[in-house]
Amino acid sequence: MSTHLTTAFDEELRDLSSRLAEMGGIAERLVAESTDALVKRDTALAQKVIAADAAVDAIQHEIEEKAILTIARRQPMAVDLREIVSALRIANDLERVGDLAKNTAKRVLALDGEYHAQKQLRGVKHMADMVLQQLKEVLDAYGARDVNRAVAVWKSDGEIDSMYNSLFREFLTYMMEDPRHITMCTHLLFAAKNIERIGDHATNIAETIYYLVKGEMLLEERPKSDLTSTTKVSLATKQ
Amino acid sequence: MEMMVEPVKVTAGAAVIGPQQARPKIVADKVNVFYGDKHALKDVCVEIPERGVMAFIGPSGCGKSTFLRCINRMNDTIPSARVTGKILIDGLDIYDSSLDVVQLRARVGMVFQKPNPFPKSVYENVAYGPRIHGMARNKTEIDEIVVTSLQRAGLFNEVKDRLNDSGTSLSGGQQQRLCIARAIAVSPEIILMDEPCSALDPIATARIEELIDEIRTNYTIIIVTHSMQQAARVSQRTAFFHLGSLVEEGSTATIFTNPTDKRTLDYITGRFG
Repeated sequence: MSTHLTTAFDEELRDLSSRLAEMGGIAERLVAESTDALVKRDTALAQKVIAADAAVDAIQHEIEEKAILTIARRQPMAVDLREIVSALRIANDLERVGDLAKNTAKRVLALDGEYHAQKQLRGVKHMADMVLQQLKEVLDAYGARDVNRAVAVWKSDGEIDSMYNSLFREFLTYMMEDPRHITMCTHLLFAAKNIERIGDHATNIAETIYYLVKGEMLLEERPKSDLTSTTKVSLATKQ
Repeated sequence: MEMMVEPVKVTAGAAVIGPQQARPKIVADKVNVFYGDKHALKDVCVEIPERGVMAFIGPSGCGKSTFLRCINRMNDTIPSARVTGKILIDGLDIYDSSLDVVQLRARVGMVFQKPNPFPKSVYENVAYGPRIHGMARNKTEIDEIVVTSLQRAGLFNEVKDRLNDSGTSLSGGQQQRLCIARAIAVSPEIILMDEPCSALDPIATARIEELIDEIRTNYTIIIVTHSMQQAARVSQRTAFFHLGSLVEEGSTATIFTNPTDKRTLDYITGRFG
């Protein structure tokens, strides 16, 4: 894309994009560290994640202010307008990703002293790895303005949903087997939900990239397979 | 082909078609304009729908005003200008030799960049057109046309006690609305506006834009503007001209959010070298 007649406009857009890349990097790190903290029961690392989320929030505010100022000043059209609107949307998604990582970190603190269920954690860890890969991939796709990679991320979110479904069932089973597991399982279930939600934000970002590059919304119905909202367990069959 | 010299009564047609339907009011087919040796407009083909606003945008010298001036044959007044191709209004070729240019210009009104009221009273500015076109039988009918036209142009309340003051004593924005009232007074079907707000402040501009929005259901309006924001605000369709060619024409929403041609994109986003 050729440059604008007013070079300051180009600088403003570049600045937005690079702040967003920085924000993406921090969000990725928070997701990785919150999962590590959960798996290793590392309360110090969890505290670090909780503190670091403020940086993500601060960048989101900064991006928002810069975007609004650029709109007011330049009255951007077409691809420029999409660039700014996309930055706003992606910053919102990343801010939520930071919040979710922080929430997982808080649960690590709550689980301190509880039974450490290695086996159950393996599933959560595996799901978190998949989500982190999705997040990395979608942020790279944003950096490269690569629609195909974005759409690939968008399509593979179904796998994460399926993993979450099976974790959900697994945790319910543990809780029914031994009520002493309820506290731990509930926290792990929420942590898993946090991770699954991060995957959803990655797909939101993928949709935004599609809009940014193509100038139209991705209207296809995404393959959704999170069925936990409608899953019920019949106690009668478990006795 | 047999020519109809009389203007087509648009009100009769409108009653049949209804205001919602957008049939082409103006059809341009391979229009070329030469100023001496200079090829100013190249093979312009476009259909302009009835009742609505079309904006012509493009850098200076791109041919947008030249094309606008073809639609009421204003280029006839430039001796070196030569126009080829066809422009049809309601299916009739306006460059046909049997066409009465005075009648044509009554059907196709024009508002210019700088407000240019006659050095006469506000009343006379509006009454002049209907009188020379024989549109009224007596003073009462002229009075009625003057009042309605000023009302439609959103100016009546501001000037009703100053109808005998000179048109040039009004503010710039009022003068431009007076020019619009003058254009409306002869019941045109089409109104051409050549950068009508470029000499006005933002408030006067907003009033004119509001006025354009109000009258667009009754007229086919074509506006040439250098303000992309204005084109985006007032028009339903936009045509982008560059180096004498019509590059892209489409719905205003599409042109300003997702244009097809790279030249359009570069222009509307301020990337033109």
